[in-house]
Amino acid sequence: MSDVMSNPGRGLQTQDARARRRHRAEVRFRAYGVMAIATGLILLVILLGTIVSNGTGAFRQAFVEIDVYLDPAKLDKKGNRDIADIKKVSTFGYAPLAQQALLAEIEARGIETPLRKAKEMKNLLSSSAAAQMRDLVIAQPEMIGQTVSFRLLASSRVDGYLKGRVMRENIAKDKNISVEQLDLTDALIQAGVITSGFNMAFITGSDASESRPEQAGIGVSMLGSLFMMVVVLVLSLPIGVAASIYLEEFAPKNRLTDLIEVNISNLAAVPSIVFGILGLAVFIQFAHLPQSAPLVGGLVLTLMTLPTVIISTRAALKAVPPSIRDAALGVGASKMQSVFHHVLPLAMPGILTGTILGLAQALGETAPLLLIGMVGYVATNYPGGLASGFLDPNSAMPAQIYEWAKRADPAFYERAWGGIMILLAFLLMMNIIAILLRRRFERRW
Amino acid sequence: MPALWLLLILILLGVIGYVVGRARAVRSAGGNVSDLHSLPNHYGSFVALSVVVPALTVMLIWLLAQPLVLNAIVSTDFPVVAIPENASVDLVMSDVRRIAEGLDKAEAQGVLDQSPLNTIADDAGALRGMLAGVGVALGADVTPEVLSASQSYRALAASGQGMMTGLVLLVALVGFAYAIRRTHKEFRARNVVEAGIKTLLIFAASIAILTTIGIVLSLIFNTLHFFRLHPASDFFQGLVWAPSFGGGSELGVLPLLWGTLYISLIALIVAVPVGLFAAIYLSEYATPGVRAFAKPLIEILAGIPTIVYGLFALLTVGPMLMSVFGRDGLGWMQAGTAVITAGLVMGIMLIPFVSSLSDDIINAVPQSLRDGSYALGSTQSETIRQVVLPAALPGIVGAILLAASRAIGETMIVVLGAGAAARLDLNPFEAMTTVTAKIVSQLTGDADFASPEALVAFALGMTLFVITLALNVVALMIVRTYREQYE
Repeated sequence: MSDVMSNPGRGLQTQDARARRRHRAEVRFRAYGVMAIATGLILLVILLGTIVSNGTGAFRQAFVEIDVYLDPAKLDKKGNRDIADIKKVSTFGYAPLAQQALLAEIEARGIETPLRKAKEMKNLLSSSAAAQMRDLVIAQPEMIGQTVSFRLLASSRVDGYLKGRVMRENIAKDKNISVEQLDLTDALIQAGVITSGFNMAFITGSDASESRPEQAGIGVSMLGSLFMMVVVLVLSLPIGVAASIYLEEFAPKNRLTDLIEVNISNLAAVPSIVFGILGLAVFIQFAHLPQSAPLVGGLVLTLMTLPTVIISTRAALKAVPPSIRDAALGVGASKMQSVFHHVLPLAMPGILTGTILGLAQALGETAPLLLIGMVGYVATNYPGGLASGFLDPNSAMPAQIYEWAKRADPAFYERAWGGIMILLAFLLMMNIIAILLRRRFERRW
Repeated sequence: MPALWLLLILILLGVIGYVVGRARAVRSAGGNVSDLHSLPNHYGSFVALSVVVPALTVMLIWLLAQPLVLNAIVSTDFPVVAIPENASVDLVMSDVRRIAEGLDKAEAQGVLDQSPLNTIADDAGALRGMLAGVGVALGADVTPEVLSASQSYRALAASGQGMMTGLVLLVALVGFAYAIRRTHKEFRARNVVEAGIKTLLIFAASIAILTTIGIVLSLIFNTLHFFRLHPASDFFQGLVWAPSFGGGSELGVLPLLWGTLYISLIALIVAVPVGLFAAIYLSEYATPGVRAFAKPLIEILAGIPTIVYGLFALLTVGPMLMSVFGRDGLGWMQAGTAVITAGLVMGIMLIPFVSSLSDDIINAVPQSLRDGSYALGSTQSETIRQVVLPAALPGIVGAILLAASRAIGETMIVVLGAGAAARLDLNPFEAMTTVTAKIVSQLTGDADFASPEALVAFALGMTLFVITLALNVVALMIVRTYREQYE
């Protein structure tokens, strides 16, 4: 005001130096905000881009398509087709057959290569190829003596070469592949013997040992996660809802209630690894439940997600207007009836939304699982039934991803990223269901 | 799985009880339901609850107590002379339990062979081989004393199982009979059932307290056990972290705490400015359209599991930093796993945490304060800096403390991204390690819970629990104390 008075020649419309400085500061401040938002979004794009660009490789896999003569002289030396004798031939007996078949295929197609021995084909084929052939022969012994066409897994080096992970300039010290073998691979791709296809085994298969990344799949640990989620759902939904109903509808204002409330809000902030310690000490050390079992994992994750479920359930109960309760009480319902017959059904969409989000949190959690032994375990066996699904050692999706990330062969990293894509797909699905539930059933009072 | 069968039988009895109780009540009123004090369903529920709840309680208590009681019985019978020099009773008992478990498994799989059990004195290796065959690996050959102890353990466990089944069924049937006897049209079933349900609700709510008690007890007992083996002063004041499972470890917590705090600090340096400015922009400047688009997208970062960030640190950010600061670049960095790697990635993870908490707090500042400031002629940024932020400051400090507590407790990013060496160093390009990463490394693998090297993890967990709890309490206190100042 005094500025205007002392400078009668200058109107309010023209800016002096100070006003310009202030406006520049305003623009700068605003730009910081835009930059912060942009940083967040760019980081999100980079993160998702990294996941997708690194992970899609896991869904493609190189295969070798060859006709193999199942030589009776090798596979059934006594010639009596007795299944017990056939089972005695280990995978070491089958591997040369596949190698010879590949060599024969190369000669038949007239491909020039300095590699002349069947043994030199070893690095092109996965070591699981022999097991694949053996499984077929044991299932159908009458196949012995016939020529059967197989679609065998290529070795992880060949697979990596197709995907650009293994390059000619980097393999000088690699004893699992040579330049001649890569030349041969190129020729075989040209000839259509080595093909690349969708890798269903990655989604449904089991984990494989350290030396066979091409065979590793996430299917078994997916089942482990599923069994854990069943435990979490079965325990955390009823307990969470019961606890919330008590706190929201019945609890008197006293010390016990305060204590419970403080405990719940503190538990929500306890680091997840501490829940792992709890699980280790209480469920495994004290109660002697089996290590690495999805049941124990589920119990630990239940305790971890309970605060989340309780907090969202209470919010859902709180959103039901008191007039509903009053109306129920007014027509003679007991307090319990008004809650269970009227408030709870109205709050159910909100409760389910919160529970699904809690489950999503539990599904992605890794740290507590490390402590109860769901890592360092090669999940190769599918659970045999319900009891075995809950009690037998298994892995879980995030634990399996961690396991792959720790292994030395970079071929496993691709699997880890691929596993993350599957994990994120599940999380996305759960979140979309939660959003749809909220959209569909949310009521504004 | 007998416990599972017992559970199914109990549920079945409950259902039968419901049907019978309901029918009896209706019959007692001569089919005229309006003569009953309560609804027919209440009478049914009364019988079902009386059957299931006491029996289930007995079963749970028994299942929890049985291992303890068995342990006590078998270990008092165990001859003291048979305990090896450098082992404790606990250690021998864990062997006994493992063997008992192995024998049970062998029996279940039908491969239990009596001959190694009888020839134990001559051929100690045979039993070990058989147990290894069913997946129970033993560290040493079985001595006859341990074998006899584990045989008596199995016998006791079997009879305990039988006794439990009998007792649980007895309790269930007594409950059934009692409830049926009381079921009559005059009986106030609704009041009893509702009181029972309320008790169950209170129990469910108390699980939060039980969990906390469980956490505290499991940490305290093992921590005390650790401090008996390893002096507490060495743990809290030690500058060296060098565990060796052979003995003679130096277990000082300070290098781990330093690593934890250093990584968290870097994470906060990344997350606080970005998160805070994002929150300011979203709440003060952004149009509703931009807000509806950007806010959920940024919050996606919070929904991504930490294992993903860990992998991102290990395989993407680490190599990227190496190409700039590593041997080919500035030469500051030895390996991709370092404080800076873990700190940066953790910072990304915390951005949405800081931004959504601050967003709520900034939105809670009353509009009248802003209007007053505009009326005095200040620009929007001046209003934010000099009016809105000071008003929101306590809440923002609380949010930052919560983010710090999240950073300190974070595990997967540091396990994968920070390296394994514990050191006290100022260089952010060095590998360091944290409390959480060491908890994982000390407790995974074949942990022998009796050694100080494994037990130290519980002391670390205790430290972590106390620090994060204190941060949360302080954060909540700040928020609560200053929250209503402007309302």
